[in-house]
Amino acid sequence: MKEQLQAIREEALKAVKSCADMKEIDSLRVKFLGKKGELTAILKQMGGLSADERPVIGQLANEIRSDIENAVKDKTNTLKSAMTDLRLRTETVDVTMPGKRRLIAKRHPMNIVLDELKSIFLGMGYTVVDGPEIEETKYCFDMLNTLEGHPARDPQDTFYITDDVLLRTQTSSVQIRTMLKEKPPIAIISPGRVYRRDEVDGTHSPIFHQCEGLVIDKNITFADLKGTLEVFAKKLYGEGMKLKFRPHHFPYTEPSCEIDFQCFRCGGKGCPLCKGEGWIEILGAGVVHPKVLENCGIDPEEYSGFAFGIGIERITMLRYEIEDMRLLYENNMKFLEQF
Amino acid sequence: MDLSMKWLNDYVKADMPIKEFCDGMTMSGSKVETYSAQGADITNVVVGKCVAMEKHPDADTLWVCQIDVGGEAPIQIVTSAQNVFVGAFVPVALNNATCYNHKDMSYMKIKKGKLRGVPSEGMMCSYEELGLEQSDVPYTNADGILILNDDPEFDKMTVGMDIHDALGFNDTTVEFEITNNRPDCLSILGLAREASATFDLPLNVKEPQFKGVDGSAKDFINVEVHNTKLCSRYMAAVVKNVKIGPSPRWMAERLKASGVRSINNFVDITNFVMLEYGNPMHAFDLRYVEGGKINVRNARQGEKITILDGSEVTLSPEMLIIADEKKPIAVAGVMGGEFSGIMEDTKTVVFESACFDGVSVRMTAKKINKRTDASSRFEKGIDPINAKAALMRALELVEELGCGEVVREYIDIDNAKKVPHTLKHDPDWINAHLGIDIPAEEQVAIFKKLGFGYDNGTVIVPNTRIDIERQCDLAEEVARIYGYNRIPSTLPMLSSVGEVTPRQRFEKKMVDVMLSQGFYETMSFSFISPRSYEKLRFDDSLKNSVSLTNPLGEDTSVMRTSMLPSLMTVCSTNLRARNLEARFFEVGRIFQPTGEKLPAESDVLGLCAYGSEEDFFTVKGVVEELMDALVIDARFVPVKDNKTYHPGRCADIYVGEEKVGTIGELHPAVTDAYDISCRVYCAEVNIPKLFDAKGEERKYKPLPKYPAVTRDLSLVCDDEVTSDEIIAVIKSSAKHLESVAVFDMYKGEQVPEGKKSLSYKLVLRKDGSMTDEEADAVVAKVLKALAEKNITLRA
Repeated sequence: MKEQLQAIREEALKAVKSCADMKEIDSLRVKFLGKKGELTAILKQMGGLSADERPVIGQLANEIRSDIENAVKDKTNTLKSAMTDLRLRTETVDVTMPGKRRLIAKRHPMNIVLDELKSIFLGMGYTVVDGPEIEETKYCFDMLNTLEGHPARDPQDTFYITDDVLLRTQTSSVQIRTMLKEKPPIAIISPGRVYRRDEVDGTHSPIFHQCEGLVIDKNITFADLKGTLEVFAKKLYGEGMKLKFRPHHFPYTEPSCEIDFQCFRCGGKGCPLCKGEGWIEILGAGVVHPKVLENCGIDPEEYSGFAFGIGIERITMLRYEIEDMRLLYENNMKFLEQF
Repeated sequence: MDLSMKWLNDYVKADMPIKEFCDGMTMSGSKVETYSAQGADITNVVVGKCVAMEKHPDADTLWVCQIDVGGEAPIQIVTSAQNVFVGAFVPVALNNATCYNHKDMSYMKIKKGKLRGVPSEGMMCSYEELGLEQSDVPYTNADGILILNDDPEFDKMTVGMDIHDALGFNDTTVEFEITNNRPDCLSILGLAREASATFDLPLNVKEPQFKGVDGSAKDFINVEVHNTKLCSRYMAAVVKNVKIGPSPRWMAERLKASGVRSINNFVDITNFVMLEYGNPMHAFDLRYVEGGKINVRNARQGEKITILDGSEVTLSPEMLIIADEKKPIAVAGVMGGEFSGIMEDTKTVVFESACFDGVSVRMTAKKINKRTDASSRFEKGIDPINAKAALMRALELVEELGCGEVVREYIDIDNAKKVPHTLKHDPDWINAHLGIDIPAEEQVAIFKKLGFGYDNGTVIVPNTRIDIERQCDLAEEVARIYGYNRIPSTLPMLSSVGEVTPRQRFEKKMVDVMLSQGFYETMSFSFISPRSYEKLRFDDSLKNSVSLTNPLGEDTSVMRTSMLPSLMTVCSTNLRARNLEARFFEVGRIFQPTGEKLPAESDVLGLCAYGSEEDFFTVKGVVEELMDALVIDARFVPVKDNKTYHPGRCADIYVGEEKVGTIGELHPAVTDAYDISCRVYCAEVNIPKLFDAKGEERKYKPLPKYPAVTRDLSLVCDDEVTSDEIIAVIKSSAKHLESVAVFDMYKGEQVPEGKKSLSYKLVLRKDGSMTDEEADAVVAKVLKALAEKNITLRA
């Protein structure tokens, strides 16, 4: 029996050594070590041995089993790592090939910019307010101190529905509605669509978008307007942004100003974007005219405020260097997918 | 407004570099658009004197001239001009000079060279080659070289002098964009006042005065103002024994730099005064004022006048005119009549300086389509006190030019009787308004610089400053002269709270879902062509829209009642651009008449898709995904009678009993109308309705502990049966049903005609292990319920 066991060991170790794949090693394991395997078969004959022989043979059998098991295990590990190596060698891909994408479409560039404006002002304590686009003249003009006979009211420049209903020319009408409805403190922005009777060309559109802002509270000053817009500019274009406040005129603010931003492309040195000026006109603003407050039932001796307006098209075009306004409304996919 | 710097310097010595001047003026409120130096493109041209000349040896028509240009020796120039003579002073373009080539309207470089073998070191110039017009140098009438000996200021010229200086063609013009609250700055004096305040320089303006000759204008004319509302002041002065002739050079130069051509001394005086004082004037030839009578009255219906530009204008009763005894002789504030103006042989001139109502002048000018320099000034508001100053200045100029005798007494019909406006000065209010601390005295100093009077706490507003009404206007004066950029920047201590409203969050989510589903956001016009309603086969309720009274064109004449017209334009544009697969959406506004003053406006989500990958269900899937994200339980109800859509591929979208939108494939007649050859799928959802219908935020459900059992059922039913009906039966009859979904639809050989096969996956789960037997029992019950509706298991 000893010889038989030794022979099994010889045979098994030899077979394992020459084995070349996982399938074969598995069948060898079954052949020699399995429940119906050769080793088991021999051990079953142990009952016929003497009490002296039994432990000796038993020990030998266990040794042999452990030898074969180790050999199988080592061989399995060797084969496995060889297989892994082979797999890794053969599975190399060209990682510069394009990925498999699931398309996420793009927001319209003007809304990308508008969302940014909204989040800046929300962070400063403002609320976004909406209002009708078809508006009464009293909200769009009269109460904003733009009286009958003012050129802005001319049908040459403004679309009318009836004598006293029009397509709003500014979102300031939303400010009037807000002031009539709510008591100060008020801090709102009113982004939206506005209409002026301009023919479509590269820099004009009869429909365009504004984002106007209004703050009414106690002790609001021109200095507060300056500070607010400077913070806004820095959030939009970075800490280094510089502003220039130029006197201007609007019927609903006094004093009024236009605000130039230092050219964000050339930093003020002068380039084609700023037409060599180093500055780009971005905003109109001013301290709310006391007459406007009175019109809305707000006591100008108790409250004051400021208002400002930004053209969304303008900052969108400047930001993405879009040279023709028509592209914004043409909605060509080749344009829309760029943002 | 074009400002001649020479003219400005008559009143304020603003001799800083021009860029500094422009920046300073802009920052104090008079915005400079641009500036240009006169004749800047003409370079290296000097005054030369012909000291000798002889015929060209080889050409009969050429002259070889020796020209003294101030150098050590004369230079030689060959010319074909025949009007040069020894002793003539001429403009000489030296080597490398730039001159104007009027034939091809460009600038040319002059180089020395040879003419027929004789060296020529430059060129003598005609006025055209200097970029001038005949009216700039009225003394030349020959075609040849400009002979400077004829210039009225010839005695000031020296050889070698730059031609710009010699001809007074050396002004700089600054172009201002004046805001419409500051009509006073549409004048040299107004800008001089601003420049004086901006740069803190003295302003040297004297009150105009004239001596006059004995007599009264009333001896010549009789003025009657019939409408004192539209003409608050009318002044008329008479100048007799006039001598019509060219204006002196200083006047012509200033007019030219202001963009006005010199015509003759009297016309020039009216233009000069208009530019200097901002007050339009008119000059009549007394001969043509019939009956010696000036009536300021409304026109009569059908009255006609031929105006200065030669066109005939039909007047109407709301227009104010100047008429003589019989006929209109001018349209008040707009333009004079053809025959009443100044002629070569005019002997007696009537100057008019008046104050006409701005709105009336604007309406009239617009109606007869003649917007003039005068009318645009009246439109913005003319001050009655300034009207007098302007007249005085005109009369002063007549005497200065020595071109007539001013009759001392003039006519003045003043119904304005304006007194200067005063305001109590409140320095603390101004400081509080601006957020600064400028001492009262410094504020007063600013007012004084701007020409305001000040008396014991009261500010006296200059009569031309019609924009100053209240304290905040004074605050602006202080702010702009002090300097906007010197005012500190502070942040307001807001007591308000910022907020994104639930509706805004809802819309944002909607947009995010659409983008994640591959829909590009568009932005389209909200006015459309009414023809698109026909193309889309809309019924009357959708055709009823808000129309503009003054649209730019039919294409943009009504406000949309649906997003479909806009979406169709987007599809057409993209298909034309060869974008053959596309998905678009827009959150846009629609408008519906209500019978109230304002129409109803609501925001709508519109979406469209086309391309080989799209079908009804891909687009419906998007809407389902959207509804799911918004926690809305929507139903799709088949619609057969919506003419815009395919009758078999259209559904209304309901939430509960409320219709919130429509989805479908467009009717082929619609795509045909838009010249679109592919199928287009669209949907519209009303955002406010959707927002009202949105469900509560979902709560967490425990994860399942026991496995589910699934059963697939392939059913056969009549074509008309909808999947929703089958699902309803399954839901109501299946116990432990976690979910049910259709996964296949089949029509064809395997099922009988008029029938279809639908396959469903049922997921069953209970709180405990479910055996196959239990699952089979559930299915059996479901099949029984389906059988009652004549829906059977497919064999």
